[in-house]
Amino acid sequence: MNSLILRSATQLLLTILLLFSFFLMLRGHDLPGGGFIGGLVAAAAVALYAIAFGYRAAQAMLRISPRALVGWGLLAAVASGFLALLQGQAFLTGQWWIVELGGGAELKLSSPLLFDIGVYLVVVGTILTMLFALEER
Amino acid sequence: MSWLVGAPVILPLAVAALLFVLQGRREAQRVISTASTALLVTLSAILLYRVSEGGILVAQFGEWRAPFGISFVADHLSAIMVVITGVMAVATAVYALRDIDPDREALGYHPLFQVLLAGINGAFLTGDLFNMYVWFEVLLIASFVLLTLGNRREQLEGGIKYVAVNLVSSLVFLGAIGLVYGVTGTLNMADLAIRLPQAPGGLVSVIAMLFMVAFGIKAALFPLFFWLPASYHTPPQAIAAIFAGMLTKVGVYALIRVFTLLFVHDVAYTHTILLWIAGFTMVTGVLGAAAQNDFRKILSFHIISQIGYMIMGLALYTPLALLGAVFYIVHHIIVKANLFLVAGIVRRYAGSFDLDRLGGLYRRAPFLSVLFLVPAFSLAGFPPLSGFWAKLVVVLAAADVGAWPIVAVALVVGLLTIYSMTKIWQAAFWSPLPDGVELAPRPSGLLYAPVIGLALLTLAIGFWSGPFLAVAEAAATELMDPTAYVRAVLGDAAAATIGRTP
Repeated sequence: MNSLILRSATQLLLTILLLFSFFLMLRGHDLPGGGFIGGLVAAAAVALYAIAFGYRAAQAMLRISPRALVGWGLLAAVASGFLALLQGQAFLTGQWWIVELGGGAELKLSSPLLFDIGVYLVVVGTILTMLFALEER
Repeated sequence: MSWLVGAPVILPLAVAALLFVLQGRREAQRVISTASTALLVTLSAILLYRVSEGGILVAQFGEWRAPFGISFVADHLSAIMVVITGVMAVATAVYALRDIDPDREALGYHPLFQVLLAGINGAFLTGDLFNMYVWFEVLLIASFVLLTLGNRREQLEGGIKYVAVNLVSSLVFLGAIGLVYGVTGTLNMADLAIRLPQAPGGLVSVIAMLFMVAFGIKAALFPLFFWLPASYHTPPQAIAAIFAGMLTKVGVYALIRVFTLLFVHDVAYTHTILLWIAGFTMVTGVLGAAAQNDFRKILSFHIISQIGYMIMGLALYTPLALLGAVFYIVHHIIVKANLFLVAGIVRRYAGSFDLDRLGGLYRRAPFLSVLFLVPAFSLAGFPPLSGFWAKLVVVLAAADVGAWPIVAVALVVGLLTIYSMTKIWQAAFWSPLPDGVELAPRPSGLLYAPVIGLALLTLAIGFWSGPFLAVAEAAATELMDPTAYVRAVLGDAAAATIGRTP
């Protein structure tokens, strides 16, 4: 589609949508959100880019094939389970690392977060694989 | 030790993820996929050894305690099934190196094969009904894609029948799970073994029937088998072989699990229905096979008739009968997958699966003919091959309880199986080559390796059946008395409440 308005708006929206997808993913541990919904939003962002600039441009922007994203996502999810095995606990037991940031703020890193990042990547990869396959027809 | 219980599922999942990342690097995928199946069978064998030495092993994922978390339980039956999955994985992975074309590999054959293995092993090991549903879906999706990979017309036709019928089965399964949860408030199978006997008997019977339908479709029981011969002759042989060996057996396993652990409140009712179904399954399968003239379709119908024998063992519900059912499953997986692999080699020679266009293979490939005869005779039940012992045990078990009609059915079906096998032998190997058909040169030796391996295994089970029968007996003993299963998952106090009414 060749529309100046859509192209200009997309360049702005793409960043916001991707940032929002990260926000949704990180929020998902205790509140509505999570890797699945975050991944859908990110996939929607790339889809918007593909509509505005064509799917070849979207593929070039991604740099990595969507199928490989699925693979990396699955690897991250499986790896999050193995972290517990290293501690001698059952597969998939949650592991936490709390980083003090000073001033009372702390950053909680955990294996569920890694799992959620994996889900995020799998969802983005799956949706984009389907989308690009349809575009190629 | 808990990681070992999960290993047969986690390993293929991790390998699948790795293979997705390596998509496009064909050689690396082939090496990793094949090597991982060798590791899989090793880990599974260690698991079976540990179970037979130290009893049932349980893992609680995420350290959430049963019955709240998801349990993985490896008793003898589960461990045996996982080992045989590993054997099949090695055999079909090696065969696939020469059988799957580069196009299918580029489309993702290798990672999907690993996902399929993870789904099968997950269904065998889980101790939670809903988790079992999830693994059924995993293996259904993976098998659907494997079935239609390559996009040929007949593949899509078979694939749609396959997936439509199996989704109906999933729906019934899910509905039954919902009812179980509504009645008991739990889905952990060990917990259910305690709580279901306390629920109203009529309601539990209804739920049992729903499970029978859901798993009956998966296991291709009469009258729900029609999807199987409509789809199994379409994919490449390496894929058809693991389907023929494993997928229906996941359904049989699920039937054995729920009709020994959960639904034993009214054996006279539920298991009698199973016995009738077993008889009809045997007869329709073998008659369907007799009407076919395509190598693979004959084999597909014979899967159905042989499933009948396994369900017969379950339906009789005695220790000897269950021993026979477990032994039958192991024997049949090896033999049936091997016959599909042989059919693939025959096609390389003659370019067809149609019996009218085959012939002269005995003169041209005597070794292949012997490799066909071992599993074919074993399937038909010739002594002293593995099929003879399997049939003997279930028939003896039926005679023990005086179920003479089913004994007669089993014996007649055995005779008709010999008819089908001699038909293939006659048409493909013994008769002269039809006019206008040229035999190709001998195909790659790598295709023979898994066939030889599985044939040797068939012979081993036949001549040294003792150890195999002993393991099957241990499985049957555990199935007849679920106390050990419940104790392993929930502890001593819970196990003591089995069979007690509130």
